[in-house]
Amino acid sequence: METGLLLPDLDDEVAAPFWEACSRSELVVQMCAACGKSRMPPRPMCPHCRSVVATWAPTSGTGTIWSYVVPHPPLLPAYAELAPYNAIVVALDEDPTIRFVGNLVTSANGAINEIDPATIRIGEKVRVVFTTIDDVTLPRWVRAG
Amino acid sequence: MKDRTAIVGIGQTAFGKGLADSELSLACQAISAAIDDASLTPGEVDGLSMFSMEEGREVEVARNVGLGDITYFSEVGYGGGAGCGVVGHAAMAVATGQCNVAVAWRARKRASKTSRPWSQVPGRIAGHWQWSRPFGVVRPVDEIAMLTRRYMHEFGATRDHLANVAIASRKHANRNPLATMYDKKLSREQYMEGRWISEPLCLFDNCLETDGALAVVITSAERARDLAQPPAFIHAFAQSIPQQHQVMTNYFCDDPLIGPAYACASRLWERSDIKPADVPVAQLYDAFSPLIPLSLEGYGFCERGEGAAFTENGALEWPNGRLPTNTSGGGMSEAYVHGFNLVLEGVRQCRGTSTSQVEGAENCLVTSGEGVPTSALLLRA
Repeated sequence: METGLLLPDLDDEVAAPFWEACSRSELVVQMCAACGKSRMPPRPMCPHCRSVVATWAPTSGTGTIWSYVVPHPPLLPAYAELAPYNAIVVALDEDPTIRFVGNLVTSANGAINEIDPATIRIGEKVRVVFTTIDDVTLPRWVRAG
Repeated sequence: MKDRTAIVGIGQTAFGKGLADSELSLACQAISAAIDDASLTPGEVDGLSMFSMEEGREVEVARNVGLGDITYFSEVGYGGGAGCGVVGHAAMAVATGQCNVAVAWRARKRASKTSRPWSQVPGRIAGHWQWSRPFGVVRPVDEIAMLTRRYMHEFGATRDHLANVAIASRKHANRNPLATMYDKKLSREQYMEGRWISEPLCLFDNCLETDGALAVVITSAERARDLAQPPAFIHAFAQSIPQQHQVMTNYFCDDPLIGPAYACASRLWERSDIKPADVPVAQLYDAFSPLIPLSLEGYGFCERGEGAAFTENGALEWPNGRLPTNTSGGGMSEAYVHGFNLVLEGVRQCRGTSTSQVEGAENCLVTSGEGVPTSALLLRA
């Protein structure tokens, strides 16, 4: 179990439904209730039609690795302990301009430093999993290829 | 505002680590030196333009340096994106008569609370950082490394290209006695052996951490002609927050490798009689080495995807490179003061006083932070 990571503020009024969905093991994306366009990260107004009414739509939960990094110290203590670890950006299969930052792991409760970074490739297919730290559930990703 | 204002004074403190003076004191010392350099008096200064991140506020600066009545003051946000912005705002204020003599500056200490916001983030993250920091993309270097990896993948850029940037800056610093890295050489072997900070970026892909302050004085072109120093005229100025931009973690727009430079450049060149092909020397914001190829593309020195190849064959190096870049050593080898030292080096190139002077340089492009809301200046002699 990782502790001391920088966790999201669950009271953030715009983002709260995203994190609530994660706690139900669902990866959702904000969708404009008026014009139907998806947007990530979530925000109060639709930049396409200026509606402030939004819903949350389920996603496939699958995508490809768009890019990745391998941080080394100096880092905040909680991250330094795990370093070197990976962080990835995933492009969602149904709309590759919807992207999520995450980590590549071998299972929902796997550590973010357990995969040899030299084996990670841009374009790899991945599938979302969920891991709970304190009161927060974070989306992470496992290989789906 | 084309050529209606000029930078007529420059001043700076020593660069170092753990300087004893406060950021306010450093700011006042740099401003004072710039006013002297301009052969003006503090009482003549009536405009102030500063980074939002400044620790010392306008009121404090004015009553320390003994400035006159301040009739214009403004701030520009987004850290390193603000360097050319604060100069441009001062120039606009002079050009529109809101003030007659303005100063713009940056003072920074690496250990100060405002300098490294990522190291003091609170336990719970709200706003846009919540989409990256919980996953360990914590520091600016992690954020830019993510774009760099993608850039390398799409366009075939290599670590050798990034080394070209680091080595060019270091060679220029080795000619500048005021540069932090004046007496430290950097070989390609040393670069390749540099420890990782955030793969694919190593130690030498990162800017320095520096304490210090720099300032410039801006006044009208008419007034500039009567002063001690050769004016560096502000030929063109632009800022940009591109559509759907997100600060640093710009991973969410249609094409994240089209950075803020593109929108800034399109306005800059539109307002300029000088075009990229006529620019003999550039000071490009270099908090991280990959920002140089991205900026070369964005500012139109080459096509998209060609920025890495542009750096080959010593293209960035004085005196024979195609575009000598960061001729004082820049943020990577002179000092990292949020890119404000690049503005002063641009002025020196126009004056003919750089330690790596491009012969006959009649203008110099200066850019600010890439990856954040940004700004750029085209200065001319």
